[in-house]
Amino acid sequence: MAAIVLTNVSKDWGETRVLDEVSFAAEAGSLVVLLGPSGCGKSTTLRLIAGLDQVTAGRIAIDGRDVTGLPPARRRVAMVFQSYALFPHLSVRENIVFGLKARSVPAAERERRLARAADVLGLAQLLDRKPSQLSGGQQQRVALGRAIVAESPVCLMDEPLSNLDAQLRGEMRREIRALQQRLGMTMIYVTHDQVEAMTMADRVILMDRGRIAQNGPPEELYARPRTAFAARFIGTPPMNVVPADPLGVTAPRPGLLLGIRPEAIAIGTEGIPATVRNVEYLGADSLIETEAAGQTIFAKADGKSELSPGAAVRLAWAETDCHWFDTETGERL
Amino acid sequence: MTRVNAHVAGWLLLLPAVAFLALFTHWPAVATLIDSFHSTPRGRRPAAFVGPDNYAVMIDDPVFWQSVSNNLWFAVGTIPVSIALAILMALWVNDRLAGRTWLRTAYFTPTVLPMIAVANIWLFFYTPQYGLLEQVTGLFGAPSHNWLGTPDTALACVIVVAIWKEAGFFMIFYLAALQQIPPSLAEAAALEGASRGYYLRRIVLPLLMPTTMFVLINAVINAFRMVDHIIVMTRGGPDNATSLLLFYIYEVGFKFWDTAYAAALTMVLVVVLGAVALAQYLFLERRTHYQ
Ligand SMILES: Nc1ncnc2c1ncn2[C@@H]1O[C@H](COP(=O)(O)OP(=O)(O)OP(=O)(O)O)[C@@H](O)[C@H]1O
Ligand SMILES: [Mg+2]
Repeated sequence: MAAIVLTNVSKDWGETRVLDEVSFAAEAGSLVVLLGPSGCGKSTTLRLIAGLDQVTAGRIAIDGRDVTGLPPARRRVAMVFQSYALFPHLSVRENIVFGLKARSVPAAERERRLARAADVLGLAQLLDRKPSQLSGGQQQRVALGRAIVAESPVCLMDEPLSNLDAQLRGEMRREIRALQQRLGMTMIYVTHDQVEAMTMADRVILMDRGRIAQNGPPEELYARPRTAFAARFIGTPPMNVVPADPLGVTAPRPGLLLGIRPEAIAIGTEGIPATVRNVEYLGADSLIETEAAGQTIFAKADGKSELSPGAAVRLAWAETDCHWFDTETGERL
Repeated sequence: MTRVNAHVAGWLLLLPAVAFLALFTHWPAVATLIDSFHSTPRGRRPAAFVGPDNYAVMIDDPVFWQSVSNNLWFAVGTIPVSIALAILMALWVNDRLAGRTWLRTAYFTPTVLPMIAVANIWLFFYTPQYGLLEQVTGLFGAPSHNWLGTPDTALACVIVVAIWKEAGFFMIFYLAALQQIPPSLAEAAALEGASRGYYLRRIVLPLLMPTTMFVLINAVINAFRMVDHIIVMTRGGPDNATSLLLFYIYEVGFKFWDTAYAAALTMVLVVVLGAVALAQYLFLERRTHYQ
């Protein structure tokens, strides 16, 4: 049974439609990542599921129960806010157990959950501090703790790791994923970070201006982007999407967009002639910016590239690595 | 300019303000203290040093003690009720209801109206026979009652007017404080399963605490500074039932012209208000502990 189902959900703020007929399902016990550029409606989607805002049209069901009209408290949903929403006058401890007290969870159970959350999140030393005495990342972990101890069947997270350093973020990512799987929570997780999306998600929903651009497992978004938008959004660096005709490659039909990932391009003595514009050394590999037939194409090479700007090179790729998109609609062929 | 010149220039710039402050605030305060240890000059007899005589008279003065007791009752009667009302009105007005701006203005009106006018309106409410209150109680067949003219009810009547006036004023402070609370706190609390009452008790009221302390101190000061309503509505009567400290000072000083005794009474008031102000300073020092 699917735990969270959105059916044709739309949301208007005044005249503007910020969500347009969004439908998706999150399986019970799965982690779904909402991914997309800033302002595409990710937070709005979470707020509608949590019941903090009301839908303009459509239905939301949690665990087979229609919750469209229910107040937040009756949806049994935990949430990490993008702005943390910590209570400034309460200590870390009181912040974390706030919901448990409100729901009259027995003290012993409360302590047990608090201790475990503090341990997982590395907050044990900070329990008696006020939020104002914490760093941004520590505050974020408190917000995470408050959502975790609720042990709700559904947990919504709005960019919960955006303020952490790379190492802590990696640890937290694994902790959250492990916790989610151990407790069998259904989680909807909003992020800008593709690495988070790719590593954590059972399913990624890519949003674009209030619509779903693509909904599928991470490998599908990478391997078979459904639109030119998805192709340009997924991957670091993203896929090259350029008009095919000027390049003189063989295309299924004229007037198409060709998509080709930088890591699929081989720089050598065969293929399309191009000029090196710039070389960025990234550590494990180098990103080479080239110009071919007046268009910018990025290629990736292992290690430190010896090429220098102005060098003439040739770009080649396998037929199977080509993605073809309609110029008008951006749809994949 | 040399350093010395800069200092001189600085003091010269301060001089006008300091002069006026000293002339109208500091000198009268000191003079009052000195006067309170002298007798009142009468006719050709100049003021003579009498030591603590004026204070001794005060201790034996039943009207003084009644004024103190009236004033305490006045404070106890007005402060908690007006603060509670202010919080309630602010919570209500802060919610997103239609006509909210209009409501806010309505609550604030008592504060901006001139006090003399306000007192006269209330005087009409309390008038025996044809006053508003009488007409309403008359509808229920209650016997006629002279609200302001009876010692038992006069102070209560004055208290009601003060509450009506103060609550709207304090509401503005609470409204400002409420709007400082991010809406996401209410949302987080709602998601955590907190009822509205629980949220108010655990989150809103504690966050309003600094405002409450501020309002409380102002309310105490206002309670001991109250004089205008009394002058218009009851003149301290009947039988000193509504005589408050400042009103008594006014009577002693400007009706009985016993200025030395009035000076001694003033010192008592100054000490009370000074203590309240000190409490406010001490509190403001520590107020920022969680922000
Ligand atoms: N209360 C509101 N009133 C009017 N417009 C709003 C409101 N809340 C959000 N919007 C608009 O809705 C759109 C989607 O906002 P939303 O917060 O969902 O974006 P987001 O995908 O979470 O972006 P980000 O990644 O920057 O957090 C934005 O264009 C925003 O301006
Ligand atoms: Mg957002």
